[in-house]
Amino acid sequence: MSARAVRRARQRAALGRFWSSFRRERAGLVGLAVLAVFVLLALTAPLLFSPDQLKVTEATGDVLAPPTAGFPLGTDESGRSVLALVVWGTRVSLLVGVAATVISMAIGTFVGISSGHYRGVPGSVLERLTDWFLVIPFLPLAIALATVLGSSLLNVIVVIGVTSWPGTARLVRAQTLSVEARPYLERARVLGGGHWHQMSRHVLPNVMPLVLANTTLTVAIAILSETTLSFLGLGDPFRVSWGSMLDSAFSTGAISAGAWWYLLPPGLCVVAVVLAFTLVGRAMENVLDPRER
Amino acid sequence: MNSRPVLEAAGLSTSFRTRGGKVARAVDGVDLELAHGEIVALVGESGCGKTTLARTLLGLERPSGGQVLVGGVPLRYDGRALKAFRRRVQLVLQDPTGSLNPRHTVYEAVAEGLRVHGVAGDEQQRVVDALSRVGMRPAERYFLRYPHELSGGQRQRVVIAGALVLEPEVLVADEPVSSLDASVRGEILALLLQLRDELGLSVLVVTHDLGLAWNIADRIAVMYLGRIVESGPTEQVLSDPSHPYTRALLSVVPESHNMEPVVLAGEPPDPTRMPAGCRFHPRCPQLASGEAEAAGVADDCRTGSLPVLPASKEHAAACFLSMARHGMLTD
Amino acid sequence: MTLLQLDDVSVTYRTADGPVPAVRGVSLDLEAGSTLGVAGESGSGKSTVAATVLRLNPASSTVTGRVLLDGEDVLKMSFGQLRAVRWAEASIVFQGALHSLNPLQKIGRQVAEPVLLHGQADTRRGAEAMARELLGQVGLPPRLASSYPHQLSGGQKQRVMIAMALACGPRLIIADEPTTALDVMVQAQVLDLLTGLVRDLGVGLVVISHDLSVLGTTCDRLAVMYAGRVVEEGPSADVLARARHPYTRALSAAYPTIGDPAARFSPRGLPGDPPWPGDLPAGCPFHPRCPEAVDVCRTEDVRLRLAAPGHRAACVHVAAEVAT
Repeated sequence: MSARAVRRARQRAALGRFWSSFRRERAGLVGLAVLAVFVLLALTAPLLFSPDQLKVTEATGDVLAPPTAGFPLGTDESGRSVLALVVWGTRVSLLVGVAATVISMAIGTFVGISSGHYRGVPGSVLERLTDWFLVIPFLPLAIALATVLGSSLLNVIVVIGVTSWPGTARLVRAQTLSVEARPYLERARVLGGGHWHQMSRHVLPNVMPLVLANTTLTVAIAILSETTLSFLGLGDPFRVSWGSMLDSAFSTGAISAGAWWYLLPPGLCVVAVVLAFTLVGRAMENVLDPRER
Repeated sequence: MNSRPVLEAAGLSTSFRTRGGKVARAVDGVDLELAHGEIVALVGESGCGKTTLARTLLGLERPSGGQVLVGGVPLRYDGRALKAFRRRVQLVLQDPTGSLNPRHTVYEAVAEGLRVHGVAGDEQQRVVDALSRVGMRPAERYFLRYPHELSGGQRQRVVIAGALVLEPEVLVADEPVSSLDASVRGEILALLLQLRDELGLSVLVVTHDLGLAWNIADRIAVMYLGRIVESGPTEQVLSDPSHPYTRALLSVVPESHNMEPVVLAGEPPDPTRMPAGCRFHPRCPQLASGEAEAAGVADDCRTGSLPVLPASKEHAAACFLSMARHGMLTD
Repeated sequence: MTLLQLDDVSVTYRTADGPVPAVRGVSLDLEAGSTLGVAGESGSGKSTVAATVLRLNPASSTVTGRVLLDGEDVLKMSFGQLRAVRWAEASIVFQGALHSLNPLQKIGRQVAEPVLLHGQADTRRGAEAMARELLGQVGLPPRLASSYPHQLSGGQKQRVMIAMALACGPRLIIADEPTTALDVMVQAQVLDLLTGLVRDLGVGLVVISHDLSVLGTTCDRLAVMYAGRVVEEGPSADVLARARHPYTRALSAAYPTIGDPAARFSPRGLPGDPPWPGDLPAGCPFHPRCPEAVDVCRTEDVRLRLAAPGHRAACVHVAAEVAT
């Protein structure tokens, strides 16, 4: 067998080992199952409910009607099916959550590794930048950015990505510092390896497991952030998301009208998805904990 | 073959600023030469500066004074010069387990140097050659192993192979066998000797173990507080030491049975506070016993300044008493 | 009376990969006021033997045999008796002692801890006074009691560990690799200290080390362990000068005598590595690496045989003159 084939076999074996360890984390499995359901919903949304059901002009139900056979979760203030809205809202939440996380991870990992690796002025500057961003309260910053950039889905993704990277950066920096102290980094330097070689061949592979575990937790935060922004009316006004549903529910007086079917489903969905991601993230951390090597 | 020493320290000094703001003169004026195909042992206790000296010779630390010369040419510290230098001088560290990235296979660990320098030619063949040279045969069997699947001795061999693959002229080995089992030491040391004999490799071994020096070193240099206090051919220095520190070290080594142990009191002092005069004088048994007084050099010991020991193959010691005895009083 | 007697002690660890026999039938003894050196490398079981004397083996291990401390079997003691024995009768200076000190507590407080626990002093103040005395006994200035571990050097920390071991006036001290990671000069100081304590206090001392020459200078008797067994034992001068087991010879050759021309440029070691206790070869466990192995070594595991008065070795080449 060629060297490459054997390496791939080893990687597959490593993945198998990861899965069998992960399988033992019950909470993680529950989280994974819940996520699978939501992902399925998001992917099959167009099949379950046609996009027309989201149009206010095509609404067929009564206004704020309680759940009936035809509308399992009742209707909103325009007569649209709440169930259809919730299922379609899944798409926005998951999309924003994942996309914003990708941005946040990319920036955070890059800044974290660089600030840990480069000593002297460049490293300190990046470190201060991280600390500075970490200290700024998320919400005011997000609101300010959203106001300036305007509210579209893309902008929401950018806003969240740009404001949540410091957490990752700090984690990555700590791990980078610990890896940099190890003798094999010194060996890489003595062999003649430059900065790029050291960071990409040695630091990154050792930092990645931690980053991956942290990623799932970041998605949870990103989804919460999106919900918050939409709730405040800063989300994309043309897309239905759980946050915007909550916003509409409040602003149309659903509480005083006693329309629990409008408030509860989106709220519970947010809780469920965030919890699921957190459980999976925690389980991954347990499995990937470098101390257990 | 170049008659200039392959690696040289000329008046080298390296200082550090400690947390308290004090300056630690880890290496305080050293002249050292390493010739082609020579094995030199740099011995001393912790804090004497031997590791700092080795790291400065490797270009990992910038000297605060003096120069590092490679084949007679001063080392420059810009990126390109350093990278070219790395092909000629390589390092083997103390802890073979820590020296290998646990996520890289043996093949990747050995090939790393080749990839960093973009060496042309058949990479696989070079890796096979390097692994075979360090005695790991058949080499292919080890390609896909990970460090945690190897024993301590095998890991150290892989590290050496990774250094050899660049075809260096000098190998600097920092405590190459101290974290290996006793029965495995001999093999690694024999390997170093073999590499010297077959490839003409020069080796600078940094160690606190005098027995190791006796085993494989042509010459030995004893360091104390940043200076070389005695150097010369191993047989001469270890059979008939001139410097009181060397004598004390030898006497307490359990492997030397024929000497009355002279256990020095106190701890090795602190490189941030150098004593005046000879830096060894506060602990010197010769000074304490009055021998120095009798020879008339006691004042020199306490206040005089000793010159840096020149790098030569002769047996010499930086000690006023020994110089007086050999009729070599210098200014 | 013999202070310490190990009688056919075996320790097996239960691991995920099956039982691992770390120690296989070890018998040793030690008189009060004398020193025993136990030499061996990784996997030899020497640290496990040390832990067994005070029954400090992990819960996942099975221990058989007898460990007689002043005639009483430690392995059969009740927990209360054991607590009394630990530290007051026998104490250990562990391997890696340099990292065993609590970095957040002052030295005096840490040395005083066993004193208080064993009721040797009634008040904290009394205990700390005793602690300062102990520091003096190990050659450290008493004022060090108010320092933190990071302010001490390696040699000083090792002495602190020895002071702690002395805290309750034990009759037996076990020192596991007391000089590893120390400089030669500091090593000599620590060894001097230990032999001085044996001389002045009449304690029994067991020193465990991989460095045969260190043991040679400090110990009266020497036992060499390999793969969980004692392969050679006897008076240390005898064992070093006239080693009868090939492993002892190899271990001794690994640290050459300085001044011996035969050792110049001929470092001697053994091929291969010390065996993993869970994976021992058949027959004599040393045979794959033995320069003097013969056919019978592959199938027959030899027990200790008498090679000279008081000197035994487990090797076929030792003619069994008198069966032991």
